[in-house]
Amino acid sequence: MSTALDTPLRPLSRAAGEGRGGGADPRDVGGPAQPLLIARDLAKHFHVRGGSKSARVRAVDGVSFTLFKGETLGIVGESGCGKSTLARLLLHLVERDGGELIFDGEPVGAPRGITVAALRRHVQMVFQDSYSSLNPRMPVQDSVAFGPFVHGRRKPDARRVAREMLVKVGLNPDLFGQRYPHELSGGQKQRVNIARALAIEPRMVILDEAVSALDKSVEAQVLNLLRALKAQFNLTYLFISHDLNVVRYISDRVLVMYLGRVVELGPSEEIFTRPLHPYTRALLGSRPSMDPAHRIEEPPITGDPPSAIDPPTGCRFHTRCPFAEDVCAAKSPELGAWLERGSHVAACHMLDAGSGHSAAPA
Amino acid sequence: MSQTASLPIGARFDDDSPPALRVRGYWSSVGYRLRHDPATLFFGLIVLLIVLAAIFAPLLAPFDPYKEGVVLRLKPFGYRGHPLGTDELGRDLLSRLIYGGRSSLLMGLVPVCIATALGGTLGVIGGFAGRRVNAAIMRTMDVFYAFPSVLLAVAISGAMGGGMANGMAALALVFTPAMCRVAETATAQVRSLDFIEAARATGAGMFTIVRYHVLGNVLGPVFIYASSLVSVSILLASGLSFLGLGVKPPTPDWGLMLSTLRQSIYVAPLSCALPGAAIFVTSICFNLVSDGIRSAMDVRL
Repeated sequence: MSTALDTPLRPLSRAAGEGRGGGADPRDVGGPAQPLLIARDLAKHFHVRGGSKSARVRAVDGVSFTLFKGETLGIVGESGCGKSTLARLLLHLVERDGGELIFDGEPVGAPRGITVAALRRHVQMVFQDSYSSLNPRMPVQDSVAFGPFVHGRRKPDARRVAREMLVKVGLNPDLFGQRYPHELSGGQKQRVNIARALAIEPRMVILDEAVSALDKSVEAQVLNLLRALKAQFNLTYLFISHDLNVVRYISDRVLVMYLGRVVELGPSEEIFTRPLHPYTRALLGSRPSMDPAHRIEEPPITGDPPSAIDPPTGCRFHTRCPFAEDVCAAKSPELGAWLERGSHVAACHMLDAGSGHSAAPA
Repeated sequence: MSQTASLPIGARFDDDSPPALRVRGYWSSVGYRLRHDPATLFFGLIVLLIVLAAIFAPLLAPFDPYKEGVVLRLKPFGYRGHPLGTDELGRDLLSRLIYGGRSSLLMGLVPVCIATALGGTLGVIGGFAGRRVNAAIMRTMDVFYAFPSVLLAVAISGAMGGGMANGMAALALVFTPAMCRVAETATAQVRSLDFIEAARATGAGMFTIVRYHVLGNVLGPVFIYASSLVSVSILLASGLSFLGLGVKPPTPDWGLMLSTLRQSIYVAPLSCALPGAAIFVTSICFNLVSDGIRSAMDVRL
């Protein structure tokens, strides 16, 4: 399990009057057993411009998962499976069309829960494009200072926090603070983005393909930095990537998405060594082999994913699944109970006794 | 500080890049780039001279710009102490040019400033709010945009009655839709970028985001467009004056002078060209100076 859980250390000094109560970590409302984030049946359907009234892209369609405190949950899937939309839903950057979001035991946006504004001070996000996620006309230390400034710090104070954060991500503020984004390399910009996300002391960080645009050596540096920061600041990560090796390296648990739905959820090692869902197996099979003796001759999965505008009935993967039977097209498989950290579940009829699939257990 | 001890793994300083190029702040670096741009400095000096000449016209003008003389009509350069000759009513042309800068500069700058403030604000609001607000603002602007600018200026100032103030108001209204469109386009471009989303994610309100993240990125295109409108405004103002809707004769005004001297183009072509040259030089200088300032303000250059 993650060691970050029992690290109460919070290195950034907290200014008085920030609106938090007393106690060890006053922000930890529900205690360590309470999951940090519970998503239930999250849905986002985009209207198709120029399409008929009913044409909707079901970008995220009934996604449920649990994010435990102090863990890193990796989210993998092909392009267009709804990973980024899910990230934006969690931060309320796009309005959800359905479902429920519970942050540390409190429903988000509900009358008795916490507000979206409150959620946003606990959850931050690092974007994929390190250049466009920084204001090109703002020195990077001001970009980092913007968060603390918005949360009520005075400007010099916010700038001091920003410079501290730059040190934490390995950038010398005297050398880099006054620079503009175009004067930094990709890795340096992404470090600034991480500093920006951490500057308001969030409890959870969504990393949306945060290292995907970096070259391999820089990617490794940034991944190590993320790990170190996680332990130092007692963070919980939601790590979105299409790079399976990176996800395996950094994640405690992994969630596999296909066409806006969760197909498999479980501990990282189990998913990678013992995948349950045919899609996960195909996805893992698509990784290039490092061994020339075991060349991959055939594509493990054929064709493009079907359109999310008019997704297949039943199991969404049945159009490409080598084990598909009639029941797969007729009935949508359920993801099992996933409420524990160790649960490993997959939405597939072949695992569900009595589903009618010939390969299902009796 | 014991920072080095708490530095995370892999977080060494990236010291391999060249030493910091920028120690100075934003405005001092803008000043630095301006000082090293001789063209902008030169044209800025001309603009300054024109403005100063207009302000101190009574001290500089050798003659009374209103004093007519029947025998002195359309005299050539240097005639009896008139350095640039006289106009069709025998008034000293140099004095009239110096005085004319006053109303011409006012008619050139004031409407553009009003239009920039008004159109810029509406454009940023529309571009940032998006959807319905944007449609409401931009479609209203399109209605004004559909008219030819001269026709619209004439119609508005005709409806409000002549005079300099009404002329300025009419011109401001003419320029507002175009200004609004430029600001809206620039804002909409910025709005879709990730850093705006990141700012929203920190919990910043709309006004804070616009103030700190949008305006700086919109100012450049708005500024350059506004400066190009100054000369258009001077010319349109002269058109209004010609129709009796702007500056009233005998007030000296470059546009008005151009239109009255135009009848004498075969008799005294040089005198006739002078007010036109004044408008030309002023607008060119405004354009070049604003272009220079814009590039000095662009941190990416």
